[in-house]
Amino acid sequence: MDHIDRRGFLQCMAWTGSALVWTSAGGVLSSRMLGSAEAADDAAGAFRFVQVSDTHIGFKGQANSDPAATLRQLLDRINTLKPAPAFVLHTGDQTHGQKPGAFDQLAEMLKGVKTERIFYVPGEHDVFLDGGKEYLSRYGKGTVGEHGWQSFDYKGTHFVGLVNVLKYKGEGMGALGQDQIEWLEKDLSPLSASTPIVVFAHVPLWSVYPQWGWVTEDAERALTYLKRFGSVSVLNGHIHQVLTKVEGNVRFHTARSTAFPQPAPGSAPAPGPMKIDEAEARRMIGVTEASLVRGAEPLAIVDSTLS
Amino acid sequence: MKKRMVILIGLLLAASTAAHAVAGRSATVGIKEFKFAPAALEIRPGTTVTWTNRDEETHTITSATGAFASPGLSNDETFSQTFTKPGTYQYFCALHPMMRATVIVK
Repeated sequence: MDHIDRRGFLQCMAWTGSALVWTSAGGVLSSRMLGSAEAADDAAGAFRFVQVSDTHIGFKGQANSDPAATLRQLLDRINTLKPAPAFVLHTGDQTHGQKPGAFDQLAEMLKGVKTERIFYVPGEHDVFLDGGKEYLSRYGKGTVGEHGWQSFDYKGTHFVGLVNVLKYKGEGMGALGQDQIEWLEKDLSPLSASTPIVVFAHVPLWSVYPQWGWVTEDAERALTYLKRFGSVSVLNGHIHQVLTKVEGNVRFHTARSTAFPQPAPGSAPAPGPMKIDEAEARRMIGVTEASLVRGAEPLAIVDSTLS
Repeated sequence: MKKRMVILIGLLLAASTAAHAVAGRSATVGIKEFKFAPAALEIRPGTTVTWTNRDEETHTITSATGAFASPGLSNDETFSQTFTKPGTYQYFCALHPMMRATVIVK
């Protein structure tokens, strides 16, 4: 397939009710119905994982008076997935402003998820009060230098969890920092270009809307080390809505919040929780499922909403 | 009679000024739609500034030099800080660092 065809293919995107399904074969995206994505999941060597983001335990507002309740409903739905997700990625903002007890409450709720393991990266709401002390005491163990960033391999796919909220001062945007970028370069260097890569972090690693701080200032440097790979998926949270962008072989995707939606970039005077009624908000919060099939290399991302 | 009245008013004014000095001056800053208003607040030394968060999103009042820092303020919560020394105090929201403002004490 030549470059122009691929471009055309990338523009092919379909909303299937509340679920948007992307499928990637050898770095080429196509749209699929939810049902066929599930069928692909049954193929040999396939695995599925779920991305949960921006749970904001402790938030209370017009769009959601009880984010723990909406999260519980979504977790119940995750527990009906067959096969069960191999693992879950939580891409940050577990708590709303480090409300006392929120980390504990979420940890208790996530114990009920039928999966092997949950991986975490922090959001700014999890670290702003104490520079990440509490977060790292809970989730830093086993990460690189106990800084919170990490990588692991699962069935031939290399996963990288990055922290871009701990240097979150002054410039008004997320940042990875020199140490983490150097580590990333070393972490990726032994891998062959055909290794599928999934990167996850809280603040988008692409410039979604810098005016609202929806950007990671030094992400470009990190991305230079990812460009040589044939298939890279970058999964973020932070902006509480689904947005995707494709740049060469790198596909960026942001997940919904399980708590409340935020306005589309520039569509409101400011970011923040949308002031809409709960019934409407439930159509705008949810989780993301991703399925990978090694060999054929399709990657399907399914965003589903609560109602 | 007129003279005594003037003296009385003078005494009342003096008393109220004294009371004001004891209680200290106060000023307010609102937080709405991810903005501090006023973005530049000019006050006299000894003034207590009170910020009120009118957004549903949590915000903080965090000094750029570490001189003061609020916890996360939920909707309608307030934070107060008294400024005794003249100077320019820059602050921002630790959750949304593009929100920046200044208190000028002189």
